[in-house]
Amino acid sequence: MPDLVIDTTGLRKIYGSKVAVADLTLQVPKGEVFGFLGPNGAGKSTSVKMLLGLVAPTSGVARVLGQAPGHTPTMGRLGFLPEHFRFHEWLQAAEFLDLHGRLLGMDRVSRRHRIPELLDQVGLTDQARRPLAGFSKGMLQRVGLAQALLNNPELVFLDEPTSALDPFGRRLVRRIIRDLAARGTTVFLNSHLLGEVEATCDRVAFIKAGRVLRTLGLHDLEMGLLHVELRVNALTPELTSALQSLGLAFRVLEDGPSNAPRTSIAQSSAPAGSAQPLVRSNGSAAAVAEADGPTATLELTLTDEQLLPVIAERALASGARLYALTPRRLSLEQLFLDVVGTEDSGQ
Amino acid sequence: MRNITTITWLTFQEARRRRTALAALLLGLAFLAFFMTGFTLISNSLNRFDNPFTRTANYNLLLMAGLYVVHFLLIMLAIFASVDTVSGEISSHTIQTIVTKPVQRWQVLLGKWLGLAIMLVLYLGLLSGGMFLGVYLLTGYLPPNPVEGLLLLMLEALMLLSVSLLCGTRFSTLTNGLVLLMLYGVAFIGSWIEQIGTLFQSDAATTLGIVTSFILPVEAVWRRAAYLMETPLARNLPSPFSMGSVPSSAMVIYAVIYVVVAWLLAARAFAKRDL
Ligand SMILES: Nc1ncnc2c1ncn2[C@@H]1O[C@H](COP(=O)(O)OP(=O)(O)O)[C@@H](O)[C@H]1O
Ligand SMILES: [Mg+2]
Repeated sequence: MPDLVIDTTGLRKIYGSKVAVADLTLQVPKGEVFGFLGPNGAGKSTSVKMLLGLVAPTSGVARVLGQAPGHTPTMGRLGFLPEHFRFHEWLQAAEFLDLHGRLLGMDRVSRRHRIPELLDQVGLTDQARRPLAGFSKGMLQRVGLAQALLNNPELVFLDEPTSALDPFGRRLVRRIIRDLAARGTTVFLNSHLLGEVEATCDRVAFIKAGRVLRTLGLHDLEMGLLHVELRVNALTPELTSALQSLGLAFRVLEDGPSNAPRTSIAQSSAPAGSAQPLVRSNGSAAAVAEADGPTATLELTLTDEQLLPVIAERALASGARLYALTPRRLSLEQLFLDVVGTEDSGQ
Repeated sequence: MRNITTITWLTFQEARRRRTALAALLLGLAFLAFFMTGFTLISNSLNRFDNPFTRTANYNLLLMAGLYVVHFLLIMLAIFASVDTVSGEISSHTIQTIVTKPVQRWQVLLGKWLGLAIMLVLYLGLLSGGMFLGVYLLTGYLPPNPVEGLLLLMLEALMLLSVSLLCGTRFSTLTNGLVLLMLYGVAFIGSWIEQIGTLFQSDAATTLGIVTSFILPVEAVWRRAAYLMETPLARNLPSPFSMGSVPSSAMVIYAVIYVVVAWLLAARAFAKRDL
């Protein structure tokens, strides 16, 4: 079993009658960049706060770096950028970092060394002596990020770290996360921004309504899971068995009855040249029946591109008329919508 | 220990950077100047009397009036300086990066308490010390038991500080302020009920007043402080600063326990709270 940095079983948090996190069971191994993805109100922040000991779970157990959440000495090995990054605004940026360095137990020498380095890393060197009161939200988020990295933590929690950042800032965060990963730091990234997660994470968990719906390694995704859309005239049993013989799973997106409109067109003495291209030639009903339109759309998931021509051959051999065979690389966004569902919970 | 002093340092910084300390200092000095002007005018006219008893009684009366104001200012300052320190940082989420450091929550609370307590001590020292010194330089008069009296005034401020932190762990800043002012109001009225009850020998009223004192014994402690610093002559003259029944030293012990227990309850509530 790999060295687990986060290990939770059945974590649950209820606020009054509102279930914020229903059942969080999660393992994150050391060194992983873990994306925690979900729509607003899914329970991401509450989960992180439980892992940090800010919020007491209603039930369930959690271990963070082998200790109970909030265990005082262990907190010195963590970093945290909260979702609501508000700090003591009468402090200057460097003083703010110095305060947090002191709370982390860093000595004066290492603070003197580390603070300019971090200010430079987040692009705030010129603002070191400015009070935070005059900072924009993006600058505050940057200084908050620097704060989370002061102690070279073994595990960093970043709760929506780019929510206030411009594209430069976003790129900077990506770079920082990659640097952390290269140094073996475990990163727990809360986000609803798929691009950010796709670019940085090793693995993601999809969470909705306080429940992990699915976890998935993103390297598998990159290694070529393909979604293929197959459009044919009809889903015949021959085609089905041909696809099954290839060992392919498929999903029917659309099947059959575009019959209904066609019938109605046949009944009404439709004027020539009206929309339906395949029934255009008035009269030759036999030809129309032959030249059936594409009525079935299937979605196949494959792991190997080499299967594409084979699918085409088998489909044709089964007697199907092939209208389209479109490979699409499975994007995280598609996956997110598939897993989390398309309806907006609006929370 | 280092964590506690870091938070104490932070509390000082806040008062300094937000100019609270400066405003309090300037207003305090203005108050002292005003008091000394009044005192000088009156002591000049008192010099016409030869009777030293009359003179000291009047010096004492004036000084007690000044101290009464200091006591009131100190209570208000204790409330206003502390009312937002916990609840404000909770509602702004500023507290989240602090308590996720290798720091215990009680250390954060103690650091804040100490920082505010030290500022209140300094302020009390400035106002009452300035008054005592001014009066002494002008007339050579010092009231009896000045140190005990001032310690009791400080005890009042610490009571409000602890209660404020306790309420701040649960209530919003506004609610906290309201609760503190109401508690003070009850303590104030209770004290008057007790005194007037004693004056008119109504045991029921006296008992009600004493029981009210237990809710927040600030006025009770003030009356003990005033009693200690009054001249025996002034003790027998009814004045708004003291009269009738005098709280026993048991009340002082109760007040000390009150400070400690309120602080411990605050630490417990803060440790358990979701942030
Ligand atoms: N302190 C709280 N009191 C009541 N409800 C809360 C509190 N914090 C979060 N919630 C609710 O719990 C759910 C999850 O919130 P949160 O963890 O912030 O979601 P996310 O970070 O995924 O957007 C939301 O419906 C939110 O309204
Ligand atoms: Mg959130």
